[in-house]
Amino acid sequence: MSGGRLFKTYAVAYLLFLYAPIILLPIFAFNDGTIIAFPLQGFTTKWFEAMVSTPTLHTAVKNSLIIAVSSAVLATCLGIFTARAATRYNFPGKGGIAGLVMLPLVLPEIIVAVSLFGVLLGLGIPLTIWTVILGHVLICTPYAVAILNSAFQSLDRSLEEAAYDLGETRWSTFRLIILPLVAPGIVSSLLISFTISLDEFIIAFFLAGTEPTLPVYIFSQFRFPQSVPVIMALGTILVLLSIVLLTVAEYFRRRGIAKSGGKDTGGFL
Amino acid sequence: MSTPAPSLAKASEAERAARKPLIELENIQKYYGDYHALRGITATIRQGEFFSLLGPSGCGKTTLLRTIAGFEEVSSGILKIDGRSMDGVPANRRPTNMVFQSYAIFPHLSVEQNVGFGLRRDPRSAAEKDRAVQEALEMVGLKGYGKRAAHALSGGQRQRVALARALILKPKVLLLDEPLSALDKKMREQMQVELIKLQRQVGITFILVTHDQEEALVMSDRIAVMFEGQIAQLDDPETLYRLPKSRQVADFIGTMNFLPATIAAQTADGFDVDVAGLGRCHIGARQSPGAVTGEVSVGFRPETLTLLYEGQQATDRESPGVIEEVVYYGDMTYYDVKLDGVAVPVRLSMRNVFGRPVLDRGTRTRVAWSPGALVLFR
Amino acid sequence: MSSEGALHRLRRSEAANGLALISPPAIYAVLLLAAPLGLLFLYSFLKDGYLTIIWEFSLQNYIDAWGDPLVRTVMLRSLWVAMMVTLVTVVLAFPVAYFVSFHVQPSRKSMWLFLITIPFWTSYLIRVFLWKVILGFNGVINSGLIGLGIIDEPLTFILYNVNSVVITLAHAYAPFAILPIFVALEKIDRSLLEAGQDLGESQLMTFWRVTLPLAMPGVIASVLIVFIPTIGDYVTPQLLGGPEGRMVANLIQLQYLRLDNYPAGSAIAVSAMLMVTAISLIFLFLNRRFLRGPK
Repeated sequence: MSGGRLFKTYAVAYLLFLYAPIILLPIFAFNDGTIIAFPLQGFTTKWFEAMVSTPTLHTAVKNSLIIAVSSAVLATCLGIFTARAATRYNFPGKGGIAGLVMLPLVLPEIIVAVSLFGVLLGLGIPLTIWTVILGHVLICTPYAVAILNSAFQSLDRSLEEAAYDLGETRWSTFRLIILPLVAPGIVSSLLISFTISLDEFIIAFFLAGTEPTLPVYIFSQFRFPQSVPVIMALGTILVLLSIVLLTVAEYFRRRGIAKSGGKDTGGFL
Repeated sequence: MSTPAPSLAKASEAERAARKPLIELENIQKYYGDYHALRGITATIRQGEFFSLLGPSGCGKTTLLRTIAGFEEVSSGILKIDGRSMDGVPANRRPTNMVFQSYAIFPHLSVEQNVGFGLRRDPRSAAEKDRAVQEALEMVGLKGYGKRAAHALSGGQRQRVALARALILKPKVLLLDEPLSALDKKMREQMQVELIKLQRQVGITFILVTHDQEEALVMSDRIAVMFEGQIAQLDDPETLYRLPKSRQVADFIGTMNFLPATIAAQTADGFDVDVAGLGRCHIGARQSPGAVTGEVSVGFRPETLTLLYEGQQATDRESPGVIEEVVYYGDMTYYDVKLDGVAVPVRLSMRNVFGRPVLDRGTRTRVAWSPGALVLFR
Repeated sequence: MSSEGALHRLRRSEAANGLALISPPAIYAVLLLAAPLGLLFLYSFLKDGYLTIIWEFSLQNYIDAWGDPLVRTVMLRSLWVAMMVTLVTVVLAFPVAYFVSFHVQPSRKSMWLFLITIPFWTSYLIRVFLWKVILGFNGVINSGLIGLGIIDEPLTFILYNVNSVVITLAHAYAPFAILPIFVALEKIDRSLLEAGQDLGESQLMTFWRVTLPLAMPGVIASVLIVFIPTIGDYVTPQLLGGPEGRMVANLIQLQYLRLDNYPAGSAIAVSAMLMVTAISLIFLFLNRRFLRGPK
């Protein structure tokens, strides 16, 4: 298996490349120096302490959380509608509608941002976190649809028919059979939409007005070298949070597979 | 077993005639857009009957079953169950239950929860419902499996859960959509017997959809053979096998040899026919289910022919020929014999008997046959 | 009676059910995606009247945009960067996807995918910024190489130009490239590879004649999924590109937020979109033979 070993060496090197910036993150977060460069200056936790006393950061986190939760819920709801309609029904214009809903996936985000920006300003709608939500739902929905499509697709149509045949109504069939079986898909859709929204920059940059989100705040801080170490500390916490979140997501995904007796084919998305 | 084991024998003709009609189908038509899936199905299925819909894939048998279940709406025609029109009655309010081809066992529920699924709206107490579930499980031979996760079951066990789940609601009709097709051969044969026993035990009308002619013959009281959205023949298994009404039906059910023939004369009780390779013979009216004139063909099953060995005499008629191919099957041997004066060989099957040699190809031989086993086709 | 029946049928008909179900997302997409895109298109033909828009149809914005050598340079640079990023990302990603699909035990595959996707879920902005730290004048690479005595002077060609933009974007889109290829590889029936070798091909030729063609749909998806967003990326060129690394998104942002010239910004945005669409379609057309076959 020398070929296998070669591949493995390459894959490990590739992982190092992927993790290189992330490994640096805690190093500079605990580095006692304002300049983000080597050599290191010594250990400190003051950047983490500084986070606590930065109210603008707190506002940005709060804004981002409101936006991410709302976008995740709305995008997942729209995703459920789309995925259910696409996997269960045939109707005229199906391809076109599904294509439009999925379009943001193949549209540079800046285009989504400026087109919404133009409309909102044209209509005189003030830019707030709610306008950011409008944009984020748009870009999260395709991911939600992709995840939920596969969840709905793996549903055997006869399961629904069986429940209906055994006396349930359409709605109770949905509640008792379909919803529990696609629940793992719904959880992943919520988590992934949440993460995408939380990390999204350019749409928020255009649509947030005077209510910056976390990425917009971070971007603005890059201009001030003295505030960059705090961002490193913030980044460290974000990495830890996303690892926790992903582990939870992975746990739910595996449990979902175990519950329905499927085979683990591995993988997110 | 306190009750005597139910008999596997099929219902006699008298028993059958005494049964009340349960499902009445009158000129059922079904279109999917331009596609004409059911082309005027008229039939009556009786109380307590084991009824099969048999046909190749795409013949409309599953569509018909799903129409009875209420999953498909008829385009026109009348469907009555127990005298009541089913027009506008959705599947969840029909007195039918279904065993799906994939079994449709709810993967997130236990065996018990699956079996008791349809009892949710049942006004009985939880304890009574649980007893019903346990009885149903016992009936299908899954006593003690109640707590298991549904996805941990084998194919045969899933099938039993699906049966228990449908039968617990005591439907007037149980619909089975190719229920055995996912099982291996041994399991399939075992389940065939169990299904017959179960049907005799509960006395519920079973309607089975299958493409497997052997399965239909083994299990059914009556069989409707379907082609292209129509019922080609509806009869009990023996009649269907012995006296198929068309070449298509004959071909679909088992093997049948066909020889060209011409009608020489119509007599009071049938036809005098000149058959290629067999000569002139008389075929009774019963053996010609379709009205027939002129150029016809004559059909006969492989087992109605016998190969005559040296010194053996035919009890009825015999014709000479040459063995063209020999296929050895263990308990049987199939011979393809080219009768003198006929281009196409006929196939005959012989039970292998100890001490009687299997003949080689190229051997000149004589074939014994009887006009009573012939069927006349258009 | 019959009309009532027909109504009943219509209400319960599949098409009506499907349309009713999909209408919320459809209406959302029409109002917030199709209409704004339409307006963007419309804007691009109107005239800018400083803080207002003059409703006068003209092609002037396009003539200005494409006539301006700066805009042309930025457009072509964006295209070049996106192509380079796509090439680098997909070529680097393929062996990883291949390794995970073919050499990792099935039970450990999800762990590998987990490891690959984790960096993707951490703040994109911070990751981009950290590349600045890695590639910078006093960065990890320069101090490392100087420390090892390989170079005496810090390398300057790795920051604030196209190179740094390519490296950073290739890093950012790595999981996007790996996952579709992995999925395509997973779908390949392993007996096909045995058949290939059984019919006398070497391992390498089996890969070339069997594995690669069957993995092409995944490769094509990877290419598009990397290429399209890359061309419109704003953050990386802004932070790492320097003046020579600006891309089309920076230009659009400039027109919209700094110069308040929506028609000009729209014309650039529409041009960029048309360019992306045209190239994607040409790419799909060139690879159409891999995408045919049973769905």
